[in-house]
Amino acid sequence: MVNIIWSLLAVVGIVFAAFNGTMEEVNKAIFSTIDDAIMITLTMMGVLIFWLGLTRIAEEAGLLRGLAALFRPVVQRIFPDIPKDHPAMGYILSNMTANLFGLGNAATPMGLKAMKELKQLHGKDTASRSMITFLAINTSSVTLIPTTVIAIRMKYGSVDPTAVVGAAIIATTISTTGALLIDRYFYWRRYRRGAE
Amino acid sequence: MSISIWIIPAIILLILLTATYKRVPTYEKFVEGGKEGIDIAISLLPFLIGMMVSIAIFRASGAMEAFITLVKPLTVLLGMPEEILPLALVRPLSGTAALGMTSELIKTYGPDSFIGYLASVMQGSTDTTFYILTVYFGAVGIKKMGDALKVGLAADMIGIIASIIVVTILFS
Repeated sequence: MVNIIWSLLAVVGIVFAAFNGTMEEVNKAIFSTIDDAIMITLTMMGVLIFWLGLTRIAEEAGLLRGLAALFRPVVQRIFPDIPKDHPAMGYILSNMTANLFGLGNAATPMGLKAMKELKQLHGKDTASRSMITFLAINTSSVTLIPTTVIAIRMKYGSVDPTAVVGAAIIATTISTTGALLIDRYFYWRRYRRGAE
Repeated sequence: MSISIWIIPAIILLILLTATYKRVPTYEKFVEGGKEGIDIAISLLPFLIGMMVSIAIFRASGAMEAFITLVKPLTVLLGMPEEILPLALVRPLSGTAALGMTSELIKTYGPDSFIGYLASVMQGSTDTTFYILTVYFGAVGIKKMGDALKVGLAADMIGIIASIIVVTILFS
């Protein structure tokens, strides 16, 4: 599915540009995007080095294990395939906690560490059940305080910039719950087909 | 807002104090863990460049805009305000484009209007699914995403519908 969507976006774009007379924009976009991707990666590298360094200290100090133990009953239910006391649990929880507080740039490094652990657990280079569940949670964005949006609202002179916080929490809760249910449904379908 | 200035320093403080108390060689461990960040970032590049270029072509050619115009009548049928549709469609594809649209909507309609609220909640309660999948799977070198894309896109749809319903109930 990824192969098709990926090719389709580019193919449709190029064909459309041929008729629309936007080939020059397409050319520019290709090369400026490559630069953007390099810049994003460089910025991300700094953030990754910083947070993964701190995370290693936290791990050695037993803080991640503590966090995992605290929320084990809930998380074990969401990720039944991850063995108790597996380091992936600690990273998943740090990722969720960071997301909850709107610390996006701390959440990603922890999330990537979690993916690494999940890959080791799975042993194959396909997406495992736990990975899909983990990404379902991440793509549905579990944020308590949408800081970027509040900043934009302030910039354009809102009388109450934080008025949307409550609504965003409700919407996020619904979409995350929905994501988990859909994830379960797809798992059940794979399971029935004998794919898992 | 002022609390957020304290969160990160407080986390650093907590980690360093606990680790020092438990006699963990803090600096050595920081450097050791940080090295892993270099590998992850580098292995991410092909995935990121591939996905971002493809989306950029789609956007720059004008195809994205044409697609939005094409499906517009459909959303009016579903009772969705048509001003918000471009944002709903772009949100899973491109984070920067979505952020730009949210600012534009808030600027045009005002932060405290119905559309302003809706754009805020939608932006705040969903995420850039394509980017997240690319980065997370890319970092560990997984090319087959399985059902992850379908689950992610379905979650986006639920988030968008939930935003519309919640904002309609709370703000209109």
